Amino acid sequence: MKTPLTIKETQEGLKAKKFSAVELVDSYLAQINKYNKEFNIFLTVTEEQAYKKAKEIDRSNFQSPLSGVVVSYKDIFLTKDVRTTAGSKILESYIPPYSATSVNRIEAAGAIPIGKLNCDAFAHGSSGENSDFGVTKNPWNKEYVTGGSSSGPAGAVSANMSLVSLGSDTGGSTRQPANFCNLVGLKPTYGAISRYGVIAMSSSLDTVGTFTHTVGDMEIMYDVLRGEDGFDGNVKNFVKPEIKKRFKLGIAKEYFIDGLDAEVEKMIFEVKKTYEKMGIEVVEISLPHTKYMVPVYYIIQPAEVSSNLGRFDGIRYGNNRNSFGEEAKRRIMLGSYILSAGYYDEYYEKAMKVRTKIINDFDEAFKTVDAIISPVSPTPPFKLGENTKDPLKMYLEDVYTTTANLVGIPSLALPSTFSTSGLPIGFQIMGPRFSEHALFELGRKYHQEIDYKPKIAL
Amino acid sequence: MIYQIIIGLEIHIEPNTKSKMFCGCQEDHFGAKPNTQTCPICLGLPGALPIANSEAIKKTMQLGLALGSNISKISKFYRKHYFYPDLAKSYQISQKDNPFCIGGSLMGKKINHIHLEEDAGKLIHSKDESLIDFNRSGCALIEMVTEPVFHDISEVMSFVKELQLVVRYLDISNADMEKGTMRLEANISLSTSEKLPNYKVELKNINSFKFLEKAIKTEIERQTNALNSGQKLAQETRGYDEKTKTTFSQRTKADSDDYRYFPEPDITPIEIPGSMILDLRSRIPELPEQKRKRFAEKYKLSSDYINILVSDLERANYFEKACSLSKEYKTIANLIINKNFDKEYPEPAGLVKKIYDLGSKMYESAKVTKNAVEKVLIDNPDIVTSYKNGKGQVIGFLIGQVQKKLKGKGNPKLVNDKIVELIRKNF
Repeated sequence: MKTPLTIKETQEGLKAKKFSAVELVDSYLAQINKYNKEFNIFLTVTEEQAYKKAKEIDRSNFQSPLSGVVVSYKDIFLTKDVRTTAGSKILESYIPPYSATSVNRIEAAGAIPIGKLNCDAFAHGSSGENSDFGVTKNPWNKEYVTGGSSSGPAGAVSANMSLVSLGSDTGGSTRQPANFCNLVGLKPTYGAISRYGVIAMSSSLDTVGTFTHTVGDMEIMYDVLRGEDGFDGNVKNFVKPEIKKRFKLGIAKEYFIDGLDAEVEKMIFEVKKTYEKMGIEVVEISLPHTKYMVPVYYIIQPAEVSSNLGRFDGIRYGNNRNSFGEEAKRRIMLGSYILSAGYYDEYYEKAMKVRTKIINDFDEAFKTVDAIISPVSPTPPFKLGENTKDPLKMYLEDVYTTTANLVGIPSLALPSTFSTSGLPIGFQIMGPRFSEHALFELGRKYHQEIDYKPKIAL
Repeated sequence: MIYQIIIGLEIHIEPNTKSKMFCGCQEDHFGAKPNTQTCPICLGLPGALPIANSEAIKKTMQLGLALGSNISKISKFYRKHYFYPDLAKSYQISQKDNPFCIGGSLMGKKINHIHLEEDAGKLIHSKDESLIDFNRSGCALIEMVTEPVFHDISEVMSFVKELQLVVRYLDISNADMEKGTMRLEANISLSTSEKLPNYKVELKNINSFKFLEKAIKTEIERQTNALNSGQKLAQETRGYDEKTKTTFSQRTKADSDDYRYFPEPDITPIEIPGSMILDLRSRIPELPEQKRKRFAEKYKLSSDYINILVSDLERANYFEKACSLSKEYKTIANLIINKNFDKEYPEPAGLVKKIYDLGSKMYESAKVTKNAVEKVLIDNPDIVTSYKNGKGQVIGFLIGQVQKKLKGKGNPKLVNDKIVELIRKNF
């Protein structure tokens, strides 16, 4: 069967009895069986669980928001009784006794879980190449990376192994792979979606990311996932705001830097033109502290990483500390140094001060514009192995994405077009805190205007 | 050589909150089967997040307010990192800058601050294995740090005993050293001038007041002997061995920890509204020292008697109840303190009655007694009902009420018999 590429089509098909949820599972599993060896997307396939849930759904009247939607999870989402590795050998055999809030919410809303997805170990990376279980290959071209750290989630949806997937975004880990695999990716407002049960990387930056084919599906997923759960004290409820009729967008002049690929730059101007064609004003703005983004991020993030990974001390969880990969070790050492007596003030505290300045930049910008358009990655997808020798170069991948995490604002990554070498490229729209619904509206408008149609790679 | 003794205290108190500091597990773990009071949060499992316990925060602030501390307008939690098998997350959520309470004093001794943190689990060592019990992991712990202002062991002892009493009066904790709900550490050094010397010895592993006194004494002797023989003393942590009655080195400064503190990102800074402080302040009960003064003025008792009564809030309350029935204050105090009559007569009225007996005063007549009993039974239908439903112990209350009516002159046997008889007959 040809699987539908949106939640709406899935549910219409189920209601019209064109196919059953069990048949949907058959079809996604067939795709997994056919391609997973080659592309290394799933670490664990939960076939039995999927069929059990599908049968339940087939007995229902398909009224839940995600009834029959087949979902897969980045392997840093804890799933009760199902192995959760975080892409690291340390947790190779770890079976958690509880599930993440997001997992519970999605499944309570009718979704069918089909498995756990590969990722950079502990979500450290921008290419999927830091996974201890081998790299995930880009379904659009297997010589290229999917991006990272949510390599599996991007791979799974673009390879049609599940309709949607959950990833995480600490510095771009959802948006960049979404862009590299022609998908819609959301990094929500910090505090919109509970982090409970998601293995922590950098606690003040971590967010739950989502991958879908369309903006409409993203909105459905977001509304299921968001809101207080009583377990993440930083999460706040909010009422969906009235969406504006007239938007004004900004593009930061500081974003046009050396290293920005010509094709990506050109695409940003195309996006600008597209919005202007719809009568939406796009103006140049200034975000003066942009150049500090990556340095600040690479101080705060490893500091928090070193703290969060301390619990894997070899006493519990099976494997000892020798099982940490190179990147985790690098970040633990960096972070421990940054937080140690005498250096804390010089690095961490200073970085936090600059972070406040960066937040002020955005507060100022949002006084004049409703949202900001930006590249996601400075380049189109790169080849496997191309950046692995130079960690610093890999860190620069994050130049446009770390912003939203440091500021705590939402950012919607949208597929736009394909590069001359046939690989997906896209952009992101960032808005003020809790402006997700406005971003969805802007994303929908853009996709309507360019007549975007969801596409699968395999 | 005469040395000035300089001691500062760090006192941990486990509050009597319902749940642990950052999760819903039960706080009280005394005697519980190992690892039966745990959840993903206090086990520090991956993905788990803390939610701060507001009851523990309020209790901490109430202690501070009772001792005249300033309450931080915005208080923060920090992560304090160190590796130990019983520390589930490899960091303890504690406080550093902006603890809940800053300053304050007790018995004229200055307090540096009072903060809130979580406890670690417990290691249980046997011959060839070590086991971890996480029941205590994540329990709330209030820590008070004093300034180095004690110069004498007796000052330390009266301070910690008074603090225990204050904490009990405030219903923050029973602060039992034996049960580990109060734990003491003393930082001890000796100086030849007014200045603080360049070392201090942190004394740990003390689980009773008696041992605290002995341990400090032993340590002061050790330091005095060392200094007298020209040795230099080092910054170190020492434990007290109850068997050998000596202190022994546990850790020296060379391998002291760098805790890599940073603000806990999982808990946003906590704003304390002024209204909350006013509310907490308004609910501070009479504290031991105030009670002593009042007892001295009102009941004109000796300070020994007052101290004994005030050292046990229940006894002090019993005493006052009895005094509301009779003006024989000294006799009442005497019977409580020397004869433990408060244990014998659960209702103060019974004790007051006893005083009348002892004073060989006449009992009221059977008729007056009967009338009083009748009236009390009519006035307390609920109690009568619960007596009839098998709650025999409520008779004590009824006896008390009758004695109150008879101003303590009821014949106890008669009162008791009349109550039983009338309930059976008329009610």
